[in-house]
Amino acid sequence: MSAALELEGLRKSFGKTEIIRGVDLSIGRAERHAIIGPNGAGKSTLFNLITGRFPKTSGAIRLHGKDLTGLAPFEINRLGLSRSFQITNIFPKMSVFENVRCALLWAQGHRYSFWSLVSRSRELNEGAEEILEQINLTARRDLPAGVLSYAEQRALEIGITIAGGADVIMLDEPTAGMSHSETDYIVDLIREVTKGKTLVMVEHDMGVVFGLADRISVLVYGEIIATGTPEAVRANPKVQEAYLGAALEAEH
Amino acid sequence: MDLVLVNLIDGLVTGLLLFMLSSGLTLIFSMMGVLNFAHASFYMLGAYFAYQISKSVGFWPGLLIAPLIVGVLGALVERYGLRRVHKYGHVPELIFTFGLALLIEEIVQFFWGRAQVPFLAPEALNFALFSISGNAIPAYKVFMIFISMAIFIGLLLVLTKSRVGLIIQAALSHPQTVETLGHNVPLIFMGVFGVGTALAGVAGVIAGPVLGTFPGMAIVLGSIVFVTIVVGGLGSLWGALVASLLIGWVTTFAASYNVGMMDVLTGLGFTPPEDLSESLFRDIWSLTLPQVGPILPYLLMVMVLVFRPYGLFGKRDV
Amino acid sequence: MTSLDHTRTRPAAGGLSLATLAPWLMAALFLAVMPFIFADNSAITIMNQMAITIIFALAYNMLLGQGGMLSFGHAVYMGLGGFMCVHIMNWMEDGAISMPLPLLPLFGGLFGLGFAMLIGSFSTRKAGTVFAMISLGVGELIAACSVIVVVFFGGEEGVSGDRTYGIPVLGVEFLHQIEVYYLTAFWLMLSAALMYLFSRTPVGRMANAVRDNPERAEFLGYSQRWVRYYSFCASGFFAGIAGGLFAINYEILTEENLNLATSGTILLVTFLGGVGFFFGPIIGAIVFTLLATVLKLHTELWQLYVGAIFVATVMFFPGGLAGLLAMHVAPWRLGKMGVLVKPYLTTLLPGVIGGLGLAGATEMLFHAREAAEGDEAMGLFFMEVSSHSPVAWAAVLAVTAAGFWLARRGAPGLKAAWDEANTAPRGRR
Repeated sequence: MSAALELEGLRKSFGKTEIIRGVDLSIGRAERHAIIGPNGAGKSTLFNLITGRFPKTSGAIRLHGKDLTGLAPFEINRLGLSRSFQITNIFPKMSVFENVRCALLWAQGHRYSFWSLVSRSRELNEGAEEILEQINLTARRDLPAGVLSYAEQRALEIGITIAGGADVIMLDEPTAGMSHSETDYIVDLIREVTKGKTLVMVEHDMGVVFGLADRISVLVYGEIIATGTPEAVRANPKVQEAYLGAALEAEH
Repeated sequence: MDLVLVNLIDGLVTGLLLFMLSSGLTLIFSMMGVLNFAHASFYMLGAYFAYQISKSVGFWPGLLIAPLIVGVLGALVERYGLRRVHKYGHVPELIFTFGLALLIEEIVQFFWGRAQVPFLAPEALNFALFSISGNAIPAYKVFMIFISMAIFIGLLLVLTKSRVGLIIQAALSHPQTVETLGHNVPLIFMGVFGVGTALAGVAGVIAGPVLGTFPGMAIVLGSIVFVTIVVGGLGSLWGALVASLLIGWVTTFAASYNVGMMDVLTGLGFTPPEDLSESLFRDIWSLTLPQVGPILPYLLMVMVLVFRPYGLFGKRDV
Repeated sequence: MTSLDHTRTRPAAGGLSLATLAPWLMAALFLAVMPFIFADNSAITIMNQMAITIIFALAYNMLLGQGGMLSFGHAVYMGLGGFMCVHIMNWMEDGAISMPLPLLPLFGGLFGLGFAMLIGSFSTRKAGTVFAMISLGVGELIAACSVIVVVFFGGEEGVSGDRTYGIPVLGVEFLHQIEVYYLTAFWLMLSAALMYLFSRTPVGRMANAVRDNPERAEFLGYSQRWVRYYSFCASGFFAGIAGGLFAINYEILTEENLNLATSGTILLVTFLGGVGFFFGPIIGAIVFTLLATVLKLHTELWQLYVGAIFVATVMFFPGGLAGLLAMHVAPWRLGKMGVLVKPYLTTLLPGVIGGLGLAGATEMLFHAREAAEGDEAMGLFFMEVSSHSPVAWAAVLAVTAAGFWLARRGAPGLKAAWDEANTAPRGRR
């Protein structure tokens, strides 16, 4: 019951191919957990299963002990789970400020209100300004989100993800396609905004993974072959054989 | 029983005609994601071009030439119109084809006037082939059935046997993958659009003499063609065939059986109100099947979309 | 956050200020004085028509522009609201009920809302093509019903009523066009303001989010379907109000108020004005009504020109007129509008002349084919020309060709000037 997110015997097949082949995983509260693995291991699929984007084939997913079976993404979000996407997924025609403000609406209890004005809620607007400050985009607040630079869009994506105040944050490759300095900026940002929250992330950059994660799971061909602290995972011979050795060598 | 047979034949003619339009439309939609609102306008152009050609050289050359011109026009529309709008997204594309449909109707009125033009079936087919208990079946109807069947079989052969057909089939289910395989997708798009509109042109040529060649003919059939591909399932050729025949038969049978609501309701044990003209429900009592016939396809479509949003045979979401 | 930041953002986040109210006050003033400038009855009729079209177009844009839903059957909600209002007018005439006439559009709105709630419950499940198809199907269905359900729709001849049986308001019985004008103008201001405010509510904001990226909106806790449903219902309500005003103005509704042509026209009006901005449909409705009125007076081919303008808009200016205006905000702010004057004169002007030349040629061709034998004289742009004269043909074709050639030659210059006008001077940002 102490786990924030719990997967039990999770399976997913597309047609005849089984992509996720029985994943058991328990992620504790306020833990920073990274999922790594070679391309095609099923990391993104796993994310999409947890967040209700795809229906699972069998197994169980529990958020704070509550079963998520059959819930739509918006219902899962309301239970306190928020995610970002591998491909930048923002509201391109709306301003940066609007992007963040929309992400706050449900969390602040505005629901489907058509009798109150968004500009009248001080809590809403100050909350949005605060998030903008955190993700360092205050100067860009009135630009359409679609014209931001790639790194800025990724930062906005993270801002939208954390804005609702969800306590389980899932980030799908937050530093994909970024330069070194941009990566450093995003890593600092992630560390800052996920304080005291449960973080689950998929990431290819081993520097980021070992810098951020408390625990790491290695997913290979739809199965988790190892879970543990960064040191333990690094030392695990099975991991080295399957994946990590080559990646670490490439890194250095 | 004989009336059933006559209706079966009439419904088959309508259904196959619908299929000639819906097959092209569904091919275009599956590959390009564009629901071509102007598809029936190309059908109308086919009829008018064939009429113009038939005035100087007769029906038969028109049957060949008119669809070719329509196909070329279609390809040009794709190349210089749709492709331009494509970058704005699917909704502007749909709006573009809608505007095109309006424009084509106006252009047709400009050149040929608002009234129906006297486009007639060729003399050679202007006789009753056989008759079923007094109902003559014109040779032209049988000819329509044969042409539609021939085109359907030809399409099937091209799609299953030729290389281009295989690429098109692949593009039906996985449009993005085909492009990454290095095929010239824009050219294929233009080709499919051209062929699809040419098919609509053929349908126009053979339907013009029967259903009438007038500026409203596109609107009359256009909505029904949409209904057909939605009911059949967007992107499914088999679905388009089944839905075309279904709608063809439903509308034909509805038009020829004068079943009144009065009979149905009294049969169910209701008594008609004393003075029908004063009753609030008089329209329900005086309703007849032929009256409802034209709205049945729309009712069918709404039902399908509510209960089975993928259509009867569709797999892909829109 | 610094205190400086607060002072900068607070007025923008705050509610009523003179700056935000100014456009509305000006619009109200404008509506109030218009009948004094254009006093004759035909002008007032046109303005009434314009006002109704504005409300309907704004309601339509709640779907298309704000919510990303393309409807081919929105006339249904306006039409149903209108039919209901005519029936209520008839009940008032019979003495069955009595109320002041200005309240009538509200009932049209409620009736539109009711139907929108019913239809929207299944049509808003999906956006995009599926929504468009359902809207088309439902639209055709209800338009076809109008000849079947004679009790409500009155069959072929429609239903008609008399607006003057309401309880007089301050002695006004709405016998005169001008009284109806002020009633319509009142509802126009009220509806436009409410629709604007709707776009500023949480559900209105989320409508934009769902339009831009439905999936992301779901991961923010909102069901895309319900967000669309709320927009759809609101749009149905305001369309119904437009229908009620139509009933008051024309006192008759027919099948024409429900069919695809009417639904298509409002799409055209809205798109022409520009779907990307709240005020776009207002511009669209004004320009379209004027354009249609003027063209109808002068040529039988007006629908051909409207169709051509529409297709050209979709292809070349997907932002519509409002988009074109908005494009000029940046050069205006930079103080560089002057850079654009010359290229506009040397490129756009010949382009327009070329277009007019083409229209002239079209008119001559039409006249040559359609006019009675021997009738060769026709009016063309305030001139008397012969549609069979080679000289006239040569002239009109030469004007067309020259216009387009000049426009084409000037195009690169225009593009360069445009880029120049949008670049900030060195050292400024």
